[in-house]
Amino acid sequence: MTDTTTNSNWWIWKVFWILLAITTFEVLLGIFKPSFLAGTQFLGTSLLNHIFIIMTLVKAGYIVMQFMHLGHETKSFRWTVLLPVLVLIPYLLWLVLVEGAYSHLMM
Amino acid sequence: MEQTIENTNSWDGNAKPFNISYGKLMMWFFLMTDALTFSGFLASYGFSRFKYVDVWPKAENVFTHFPFLHGDHPLLFVALMTFILIMSSVTMVLAVNYGHKMQKEKVILWLSLTIVGGIIFLGSQAWEWSHFIHGLDGVPATLVSNPYGHTLFADYFFFITGFHGFHVFSGIVILSIILINVIKGTYEKRGHYEMVEKVGLYWHFVDLVWVFVFTFFYLV
Repeated sequence: MTDTTTNSNWWIWKVFWILLAITTFEVLLGIFKPSFLAGTQFLGTSLLNHIFIIMTLVKAGYIVMQFMHLGHETKSFRWTVLLPVLVLIPYLLWLVLVEGAYSHLMM
Repeated sequence: MEQTIENTNSWDGNAKPFNISYGKLMMWFFLMTDALTFSGFLASYGFSRFKYVDVWPKAENVFTHFPFLHGDHPLLFVALMTFILIMSSVTMVLAVNYGHKMQKEKVILWLSLTIVGGIIFLGSQAWEWSHFIHGLDGVPATLVSNPYGHTLFADYFFFITGFHGFHVFSGIVILSIILINVIKGTYEKRGHYEMVEKVGLYWHFVDLVWVFVFTFFYLV
């Protein structure tokens, strides 16, 4: 789909507009906080926060895969970079946040 | 520098196993460790926030100022900072792209604009810090006091945005060195602009970290 060896830069501006649109959407949601999203709890936090987290991961995907060009490296290298991060960070978050909630209960 | 690669199997030696140069590979490994460091910071922020959930300040009540505007404007200034950093990421990709095409003048232009973006971002962060430190009703926000809520909130703010800001600062220094080399024609002589690609990886990573800081410090 995207190829840096061609003479066009259109894919760079496409990614830019996607990142800008997502950020604008996030900021608008953050300012207006629709009550049906902010008030509905799901898996320990509001639907609004789930939307923020999903959109953040989408933005991160575009930056890493397109801007950092990881999507165009070999498959083995892609997994070498992504797998440790995708395993270790959720594991750390799970341990630390569960303990944080527990510490709150024990106060 | 470049070796001719005779082996068809990448693991037989004398080849690039991932079909990627040594320098870029090491930059990626550095960035992975750096990603884990920032994850540690944000995870510990989450721990403290979950523990002191009753007294934890909401960022939208703390960072409400915008230059030359009166009243409360939550998220507006940090949205502008995010935009500046995304924009400087775009100018960076353009510099890398023109490096592939060996167009020296355009690499100089876009690399310079990337540095300008970085400096504007750092300036904005200084502005944000000074407003936060100024505090509320004469009580300043420091490492040991925070008029907005729990003291740890101030500590995490200084450490996380400070550590990120230091990355931006380092990035500006490295970009400037690379820019001088580009102007001197070092990479023209070398036959490729891979150094621009490597500093580009670092610069995008700084943008990537900010995307997460923006979400977990200001939005959630």
